[in-house]
Amino acid sequence: MADFGAADAEAFRVEVRDWLAANFPPSLAGVDVAMLNATGPVDGDALLWKQRVGEKGWGTPTWPREYGGGGLSREQARILQQEMNRIGARNPIGGMGIMMFGPTLLEYGNEEQKQRHIPPICRGEIRWCQGYSEPGAGSDLAALQTRCEDMGDHFLVNGQKIWTSGAQYADWCFCLVRTDFNTKHEGISFILFDMKTPGVEVRPIRLISGVSPFCETFLTDVKVPKENLVGELNKGWTIGKRLLQHERNSLSGGGGSAGRFAAGTPLEQLARDYVGVDGTGRIADPDLRSRIIRHQMEARAFMLTLMRAQAEAKGGGGPSNATSIMKNVGSKVGQDRAELAIEIMGLAGLGWEGDGYTKQELEQTRNWLGGKATTIYGGSAEIQNNIIAKRILGLLDHQ
Amino acid sequence: MAVLTEEQSMLRDAARAWVQEKAPVGALRKARDSGNLRGYDPAAFAEMAEMGWAGVVVPEAHGGSEFGYLSLGLVLEELGRTLAASPLAVSAMAVVSALVRAGSDAQKAAWLPAIAVGEAIVAIAVDEGPRHDPARTALKAEASGGGWTLSGQKAFVAEGMAATAFLVAARTGGTPGDEAGITLFLVPGDAAGLARASRHAADSRDYAGLTFDGVSVGADAVLGEVGAGHDLLERTLDVARIGLSAEMLGMATQAFETTLDYLKTRVQFGQTIGSFQALQHRAAKMFSELELTRSCVEAALSAIDQDAANLAEQAALAKAVAGDTLNLISREMVQMHGGIGMTDAHDAGLYLKRARALEVLFGTTAWHRDRWGRMHGY
Repeated sequence: MADFGAADAEAFRVEVRDWLAANFPPSLAGVDVAMLNATGPVDGDALLWKQRVGEKGWGTPTWPREYGGGGLSREQARILQQEMNRIGARNPIGGMGIMMFGPTLLEYGNEEQKQRHIPPICRGEIRWCQGYSEPGAGSDLAALQTRCEDMGDHFLVNGQKIWTSGAQYADWCFCLVRTDFNTKHEGISFILFDMKTPGVEVRPIRLISGVSPFCETFLTDVKVPKENLVGELNKGWTIGKRLLQHERNSLSGGGGSAGRFAAGTPLEQLARDYVGVDGTGRIADPDLRSRIIRHQMEARAFMLTLMRAQAEAKGGGGPSNATSIMKNVGSKVGQDRAELAIEIMGLAGLGWEGDGYTKQELEQTRNWLGGKATTIYGGSAEIQNNIIAKRILGLLDHQ
Repeated sequence: MAVLTEEQSMLRDAARAWVQEKAPVGALRKARDSGNLRGYDPAAFAEMAEMGWAGVVVPEAHGGSEFGYLSLGLVLEELGRTLAASPLAVSAMAVVSALVRAGSDAQKAAWLPAIAVGEAIVAIAVDEGPRHDPARTALKAEASGGGWTLSGQKAFVAEGMAATAFLVAARTGGTPGDEAGITLFLVPGDAAGLARASRHAADSRDYAGLTFDGVSVGADAVLGEVGAGHDLLERTLDVARIGLSAEMLGMATQAFETTLDYLKTRVQFGQTIGSFQALQHRAAKMFSELELTRSCVEAALSAIDQDAANLAEQAALAKAVAGDTLNLISREMVQMHGGIGMTDAHDAGLYLKRARALEVLFGTTAWHRDRWGRMHGY
């Protein structure tokens, strides 16, 4: 915003401060309401905070006002973030609706779809899940076979989705389906359906970490209203890919999750506590020490790259090439860290349950196993490398 | 790429254009084949100085443009792309930083304007063996008649044959291995008792072995404090290391681009070899490492401009990360080119040789990793 000067910024900051002082329940400092809300209803202060932010549109600060967003400029949104950080206030509105589906629908949905679906996302009222992968369509997503037939006044959907994150808690699903079996990419459509529709069955999948963040979703004669087709019939691949870009951004630097792995507590104290030091005060195991150092330096290089990409995006040069490496580097740094932590902590770093382990030890085990997903989901590391090779480096497909 | 000002963009573009025209890789090859172990043509360095590159970080009051280290880094990166040889990183960057930081008014007036116009080239004479280890300085400086007498030897002094003077680390107290007791001296290259001999290394660049046989200098030759030169020496070396990292970034970038071009043009089995996924993923890995390296190098250059408290840490990170990346890419450059990459006629070998020299110079990758680890409590 060219006309947004220092005085305007200051005035806006005061407005934000006043609003937060009047509306943020101090009991929620540091509390991630969005995370709690992802798996079930929240109440008390958490509900109050979610409703207030939702009503104000500040959970989706830069989305258009007419659909329930905050209508703020990037600069204003940055000020809002700073002021929230200052008092430990976290955005209570989150989930796939915010990170992936909302931005995609704003771009490709028709007016009626936007009016219907965006405002509840802004208020954090509807949990969305992603019907993309299938047993036979993982990295080769466009091989998906879930059949969607035009029955005249509705669509009829039959098939199976897998790795549907949070499907057991979700209210609605955005889904890629096959509407033409004679062609691959041009036979895919993007539809929306209510998870309560008869014929939708969800089975959580238990993972090596012991939790079930993903589900199998079976679709048997699911009737989907015609108005739930986003974009044109057989043009869903473009929309689906656009959504994946939003997903990749949220999984790497943009959404900060990869950054969080990298920014974890340095391993130095952990190594002192569990490995001990030698006569000169250094971590006693020299081989482990040098590998920890190498890892910490890579984590630092990654953080500097996140900062550089942000500065470049702000500098107006368009998205930096560096963003294409974020997911792979961030996920690798996170996994390396967890693997090193086992070496540092010994068998305590593999604690599964019970009073004999500290909270940190138990968390380490689950994070180590849960983190294995990061190089697989959202486009595996190998798929990311394909994307870099083809889109950034301009190398050709093998014939 | 860091967000640049308009002036910085212009400087980079000018450097790129000049380097491509006046100092392509062929210039290094020609210098090598003609037996010129400086690796560059003095006339080319005169042109660089004329364009102001030797004075980028020299204060305006002393004839420079005071345009900052990030700006000079842009030039070094462009020079690195074609292996264009110059004493800029050592003399016009690191030694200038030492003079600005610790020089007396007289020393600044005597050296800075001369460096800025390219008349003076001051090399850093620190190591006394093939591996970098500043604290092991043994070359002796003894007080005599109001001045000092230097005796001992220095090995592998980069830009040592071209240098008109040396910033010499000498021991005025303690024993080799001690950080205390090191003093820095500015010694003219033609001082009586100072002899130099070229060391011919694989990268066809300038290294000199120096012998100090009772070299006398005045008290005014001391830069900084007597016996307490270690911190200044380390800071000066860190600036040099960051300058070399910028060169390494440019080299690695060009080596990668040259290799990528080959992947797109070399045909085997009826298709370009770049269509093979085994090579695509290695290319993606190199690209990723280059992006990480750029972040570290640019952050380190900015840290000099801001006189950041953690400059040493940033220098160690930049040098180690650039070292790993350049090592990887220079090896892949040869491998991916196949047999042609083994021939002297191809540039890959020149990049490979220079890469290893830069990786070792002023501290190997492992040395800097360990140093970074010590700074972080490991």
